Amino acid sequence: MDLTFSQEQDELRKVVRSFLAKHSDEAAVRRLAAEPLGHDPVLWRRMAGELGLQGLAIPEEYGGHGFGYVDLGIVFEEAGRALLCGPYFATVALAAEALLRCDDEQARRDLLPGIASGETVATLALTEDSGRWDEQGIRLTGRTTADGPRLTGTKTYVPDGHLADLVLVAARTPGGISLFAVDGDAAGLVRTALPTLDQTRKQARLDFTDTPARLIGSQDTAWPALERTLATASVLLAAEQVGGAAAALDAAVDYAKIRVQYGRPIGSFQGIKHKCADMLVEIEAARSAAYAGLWALDADDDTETPVAAALAQAFCSEAFTKVAGDNIQVHGGIGFTWEHPAHLYFKRAKSSEVLLGTPSYHRELLATRLGI
Amino acid sequence: MELDFGPAVRDFRDELRDWLADHLTGEFAAHRGVGGPTDGEAWEVRLAWDRELSNGGWLGVGWPKEYGGRGLGLLEEIVFEYEYARANAPYRATGNALDLLGPMLLKMGGEEQKKRFLPPILAVEELWGQGFSEPGAGSDLASVRTRAERDGDQWVVSGQKVWTSFGIHADWLYVLARTDPDSVRHKGLTMLLLPTDQPGVEIRPIRNLAGQDEFAEVFLSDARTGADMIVGEVGQGWRTAMATLGIERGTTLLPQQLTFEREAEALIDLARERGALDDPMLRRRIIDAWISVRIMRTTNLRTLAELTAGRTPGAQSTTAKLYASTRHQQLGHLAQELAGPAGQIVGEDYGLDMRQRSFLLSLAETIYGGSSEIQRNIIGEQVLGLPKEPRP
Repeated sequence: MDLTFSQEQDELRKVVRSFLAKHSDEAAVRRLAAEPLGHDPVLWRRMAGELGLQGLAIPEEYGGHGFGYVDLGIVFEEAGRALLCGPYFATVALAAEALLRCDDEQARRDLLPGIASGETVATLALTEDSGRWDEQGIRLTGRTTADGPRLTGTKTYVPDGHLADLVLVAARTPGGISLFAVDGDAAGLVRTALPTLDQTRKQARLDFTDTPARLIGSQDTAWPALERTLATASVLLAAEQVGGAAAALDAAVDYAKIRVQYGRPIGSFQGIKHKCADMLVEIEAARSAAYAGLWALDADDDTETPVAAALAQAFCSEAFTKVAGDNIQVHGGIGFTWEHPAHLYFKRAKSSEVLLGTPSYHRELLATRLGI
Repeated sequence: MELDFGPAVRDFRDELRDWLADHLTGEFAAHRGVGGPTDGEAWEVRLAWDRELSNGGWLGVGWPKEYGGRGLGLLEEIVFEYEYARANAPYRATGNALDLLGPMLLKMGGEEQKKRFLPPILAVEELWGQGFSEPGAGSDLASVRTRAERDGDQWVVSGQKVWTSFGIHADWLYVLARTDPDSVRHKGLTMLLLPTDQPGVEIRPIRNLAGQDEFAEVFLSDARTGADMIVGEVGQGWRTAMATLGIERGTTLLPQQLTFEREAEALIDLARERGALDDPMLRRRIIDAWISVRIMRTTNLRTLAELTAGRTPGAQSTTAKLYASTRHQQLGHLAQELAGPAGQIVGEDYGLDMRQRSFLLSLAETIYGGSSEIQRNIIGEQVLGLPKEPRP
């Protein structure tokens, strides 16, 4: 196992960072955050066409580039740093993963190439009104009819569910949990965008009424694959959180170098210097937590991955929130304004904290997986 | 996650594992995990263990053969530390010379010095103490006041050193002294090697808060050493000292982290025994303690991987000490809380059990090798590039 980044990986980071610095700068983030859609189809196509980011870790046989999770983690870290707006997490970390983890070769061949090429925006609809991320939280029902499967019920807090072309839906079927694919414009599907505290990542409510669907994998057996999907997404979200936290620290440090009070830069006062140092300590610990998850994913380690994933979410969520909050503090009054970007990171941190389940939930997942 | 660096290193590892299993028996086995950088527990047994290691050829794995080492590389050194800690062998009584003085001499010492001093270190024939800190120069080593003057072919040294770990056992000291009386701060300091067996050297034990005598204060009154006993150049002692401290930060975290992992496992066992896992507040702290030690492990692996790949280690190599020392203290507080009233009772003559000892000694971890406050300054200024505080 290689625990350092290769030169190629350093290069990938550089390329993605400079691309996002250009196309997901503060102006672009603010513009997309203010729109209900929150998605720039031109940027999306360039991400796929020029850099192949949507298909980076999708195997070549499904139209992707066959890179590993460490590589994908680098992209998520950079996406977090740039507060990338749009359905990248929903499409790549959730939907593509769910397809890869489910035992359905035909569905992979049918659906993954569109994701890899940037043609398809996709998401995974799992949570309902209870906001639960576990098997018990799934109430929406799937039933078999003469015309194929039909779904009835409600999903909510679905990341980018308002615009996804393809929605993978976790549903309760007579013997367990099954996964279905639904077209974004299917009959009997009503999509409502939800106004979000964090405007940089949109959510939607999806009401299904006898909606036609396609069964992915075999019926009643989807939960283990969904659990693996969530573990992978947890690690990728952790990488995104690390990137966001690093950007918040950079902003704090830049400001502490130039803001003068009592005749000297505030960064020369231990009160500020030590706060910034503590932010970095937290970020490097979070980085370790996220990287351990990426290594476990690339090693295909079924024992280590669920542990590392729960640990990464439990830790990185809180680290990002803490660092993003400290960034506002270092900036003082200016950091509390709408005009300053500090709040964008803080709100992203707060929403990411619950995106795949709260830190407490992940602590319990970890404890259960460890037998504590 | 296992460290694996390929077949050659794997053979080395297996040989070491077998040797440790064969030799960590009898009285040595009874002292597994004993000791630490500030802990002089069971000194004689540990000294005997160091000789056992020396006879087995396991001291100085990475040192050149001509000085008594094995002449292997950084990988083997890392694997040695890792397996050593994994076997829970006693903390080496000669740790100071092995981890600090030896590497310093290898890096900056003269050929004669290497030939003279390195073999006896590996043979456990001479023990060393570090003479950096002073009553007025703890974290701020630049304010060292111990003076050294040239007198013919000798240096004459006077002053006071303090916090010398294992100082009462030291045959030699490596001392940072001011050789230019008009110099200020870190200019005009020189690194000197000084024998303790002479009238001008008086060593008094200082009892630490765990009740042990393993620190010492050292009084130097016209103590003498040869003119050739300087490491590096006259007036360049600051550079030599900083290089040494850099080495210290790099090598101690790996074995330490394995000890912490063991303590975290013991903590969970204790919590289970006492039914504390059902208490939501305690449960959360227990899980967080486990998370902390697992993060320390990955952080160290990141640094090791970078070092072995020939890369300059990232920021995590600088933040690791602050993270580990503060989280270990939290772990100790939690372990003591879980032990309850029983944890408050000690043995005869203030005899501490492992948990109590580790907890109390953890209070030193945020001080030695640069206090947490100094660590934050280093991170803030050297890693983040924040402006320095105004200095007079």
